Amino acid sequence: MAEKFDVIVVGCGPAGTSAAYILAKAGLNVIMIERGEYPGAKNVMGGILYRYPLEEIVPEFLAEAPLERPIVEQNLWILNKDSVIKTGYRGLEWAEAPHNNFTVFRAKFDQWYAKKAVEQGALLITETVVTEVIVEDGRVKGVKTDRPDGILYANIVILADGVNSLLAKQLGFHKEIKPSDVALATLEVINLSSEKIEDRFNLEPNQGATIEVFGDSTKGMMGTGFIYTNKESISIGVGALLSDLAKNHQRPHDLLEDFKQHRIIRKLIEGGEPKEYLAHLIPEGGYHAIPKLFGHGVMVVGDAAQLVNGIHREGSNLAMMSGKLAAETAILANEVNDYSENILSNYQQSLMGSFVGQDLKKYKDATHLLATHPEYFNIYFPMLSKAASEMLTVDGDSKWKKQKNVINMVRERGIYRTARDLFRLGRVMK
Amino acid sequence: MSEPNKKLTIEELQYLTRFAADNDSHVFIKDLNICKTKCEEKVCTIVCPAEAYKWEGDRMFVGYEGCHECGSCRISCPYDNIEWRYPKGGKGIIFRLA
Repeated sequence: MAEKFDVIVVGCGPAGTSAAYILAKAGLNVIMIERGEYPGAKNVMGGILYRYPLEEIVPEFLAEAPLERPIVEQNLWILNKDSVIKTGYRGLEWAEAPHNNFTVFRAKFDQWYAKKAVEQGALLITETVVTEVIVEDGRVKGVKTDRPDGILYANIVILADGVNSLLAKQLGFHKEIKPSDVALATLEVINLSSEKIEDRFNLEPNQGATIEVFGDSTKGMMGTGFIYTNKESISIGVGALLSDLAKNHQRPHDLLEDFKQHRIIRKLIEGGEPKEYLAHLIPEGGYHAIPKLFGHGVMVVGDAAQLVNGIHREGSNLAMMSGKLAAETAILANEVNDYSENILSNYQQSLMGSFVGQDLKKYKDATHLLATHPEYFNIYFPMLSKAASEMLTVDGDSKWKKQKNVINMVRERGIYRTARDLFRLGRVMK
Repeated sequence: MSEPNKKLTIEELQYLTRFAADNDSHVFIKDLNICKTKCEEKVCTIVCPAEAYKWEGDRMFVGYEGCHECGSCRISCPYDNIEWRYPKGGKGIIFRLA
């Protein structure tokens, strides 16, 4: 028994559900297919969720969604073996509604979000894997699932099946992912009382903080550690480029355990009880790794389209935006009864014109530079630390002498080389 | 009872997480001979966050029951020697929190 829908959405993460919600709200006949026991069962995120563009899609999310803490402080630490340079910003403007971003638990949030789409009229089936996209005469017509008689047809299929993006690969939209285009992250959720969290992070109730930790967290590999405050737990994790983990024979969970044990990190989670262990891949290839985004009768959204801004740790908001834009294109296609590439190209246009495309273009060379130039992590981070220590330690040497010591440190590396490296970094970031 | 400053073993980590193991594996080595005769690095045994890949005796074993379904093995195998798909709908790892 093959049913025909207007749209089939494969995957009920932030991208898929955003698309389904908007499509259902517009009155289209849409079905969401999730392979997990429930939406979120197969998803992992640090995880920071952003108000934008969720608020555009579900304005009442603040009152309804299961959110952990609104973030008032975001920190960036450069960690060495026995030192850390800390930077950060606390903005009390973020403490007020509508806030800026929040910690969330994906297993909880995704379930709520999918429920909202169902309320709008989307059909949701879980525990069902889409095994294949059905293509006839070069046009996508539907999907095959692992259910008996599990074939479904639709005018449009939206692929929101996550970072491995198997279905887009089947369609030839991309080749197998390269190990240098993904980071493998492991994460633990560690229970800790809200009082302890608020004490240690200097927070009021219903306030949260984030720390991205570079350097020794990844033992100098390209990647970052992170520490996020939930209501009554801390999410602590480390992600490093998969190719680097392989090259350095580094087990990902050992990396995490070492990070947790670091003398400067461990007191933050002391006394906490580990509650869950999770691992997942994060797209890191940026703009250059974006696959073909559409074909006749099909569009690719979210992590399946490798839409992650690793420099700003933004992925879920890019996913939501891409789902929204794909839905809007599908609505257009439905209006003119044309599901070909001619109409669906609209999706790529609007995506690239939005902050998603703009941000990915801005940083398109950044990950590659950092991944291929370990000196940023291995030489400059320790150098910064040594410079800070030199200037701040009082030992009888004059400040001029100390300044000279710092300049000599740079001379050792090479003044010209350092300037060139800084210039290069500036150029890929801008 | 809880000692967060103790380094957790992979068994202790995996114990924290919920799984609904299927009877059959969802991940396979395509050609065991390649692991035996060609592959020195055995990257899969290092990068798998579940330590599912174990070289025992003269062959590779895949402990699919603890798989996090991340894809690291398939992507990092230098010989493209891993047949990789998702477990049956509803089976496999079940995240409850993050």
